[in-house]
Amino acid sequence: MEETKVRIKAFLARYLQNYDLPDDQDIFSLGFINSLFAMQLVLFVEKEFHIDVSNEDLDIDNFRTVNAIATLIEQKQTQQPQSVS
Amino acid sequence: MHIELTQQQRAKQESFRAFVQAEIQPHADRYDQEERVPLEIIQRMADMGYLGAIIPREYGGSEMDMITFGLLNEAIGRGCSSLRSLLTVHSMVAYAILRWGSNAQKASWLPRLASGETIAAFGLSEPEVGSDAKSIMTTATVNEQGYTLQGRKKWMTYGQIAHLFLIFARNGASVSAFLVERETPGFSVSPISGMLGTRASMVAELLLEDSQIPAKNLLGGRGFGLASIASSALDIGRYCVAWGSVGILRACLEDSLRYSSQRQQFGVYLRQHQLIQQMITEMITNLSAARLLCLQAGYSKEQGDPATVIQTWIAKYFASVKASQAANDAVQIHGANGCSSAYSVQRYMRDAKIMEIIEGSTQIQQITIANAGYQELAF
Repeated sequence: MEETKVRIKAFLARYLQNYDLPDDQDIFSLGFINSLFAMQLVLFVEKEFHIDVSNEDLDIDNFRTVNAIATLIEQKQTQQPQSVS
Repeated sequence: MHIELTQQQRAKQESFRAFVQAEIQPHADRYDQEERVPLEIIQRMADMGYLGAIIPREYGGSEMDMITFGLLNEAIGRGCSSLRSLLTVHSMVAYAILRWGSNAQKASWLPRLASGETIAAFGLSEPEVGSDAKSIMTTATVNEQGYTLQGRKKWMTYGQIAHLFLIFARNGASVSAFLVERETPGFSVSPISGMLGTRASMVAELLLEDSQIPAKNLLGGRGFGLASIASSALDIGRYCVAWGSVGILRACLEDSLRYSSQRQQFGVYLRQHQLIQQMITEMITNLSAARLLCLQAGYSKEQGDPATVIQTWIAKYFASVKASQAANDAVQIHGANGCSSAYSVQRYMRDAKIMEIIEGSTQIQQITIANAGYQELAF
């Protein structure tokens, strides 16, 4: 879980520029979110962790914090071990 | 590093070009003048597997990789931007259903989209809402049967003939996406004529008057209409337009090379005049650069690389601006002939201008690309 969070934060750091993001911080409150970012975030999660984000996962709470994203990834990896390449 | 098409991609490219040369190019000026394309050519494109280009084989599609899909858009765009725009909107809706649809939605719609039995159109823009998509005014109200949609959509490419519309509507503070069938009570279509470019793409205005949409026709989660569904569909649309602009660039170059080799002024062919050569050089260089940007975006799409999003913006920005410039120069090279309907270059010029407006205007792209530069510092 901790390694997953490190990788998520490394991706988010590209957008945050010198802001040390707490794991429970609402990233949608930080003001840099746009539709382009949202799409890149979904693509990043899928490619980096070898999972498929589906229709049912599109709950904003699944992407609100680093903790929430890491939990989603862990759940998906448990559900979809066959997706790991 | 290899920047080279595979043998299969090259073979597909040749077959796309042969189809366009034989069945589209000879008729494209007429389509433009008549402001419509015949249903027969749409069915031919479906039969060739083009309408199901990005749909998996299990649903009856062609399952092309993204590079091959790009080459298809270039080839169709070379012949007729109005038909390329059909490929665009149809593929955007197919992609949205494939990416975000339920199993039932995929099983219901994807085979029909692949076969051409169902033609799809994309419904985001409104009379008062273009670039500022977050401000759409069409509303979706929840009720026991599903949703009631109320509002207007404008500039829907192929709206005149489409059977299925992906409509974005406001549901409280957020936006959701709905699959709306043409026969839905309270849903009506008005043709729009006299457009500047892509004149044959049968544009329409849509009216939704208390249209009752079943709950099963909601696509994706409630409130994710813009952030996920519209964004990813528009990314595919932008990719198509970028490659379509490469097609226009190639059309401008081919026509200009031919004309300047046949037309004489001051006792020599136009091609021997250095100011003509300068315009030809710009076309050749920009065509190569635009195609490379499109290949880069397509390669990243195949890899699932998040960089594809901004690479697609860059490719579309560059290719559409350079297509406009090339078309402008192509008309200039053709002189008075280029201003007449006897030559295709005047159509390219009008079509290229549309490429700078759809799927993100040039100015929205300049803002987006600059902002990405400040955020990512990764170019």
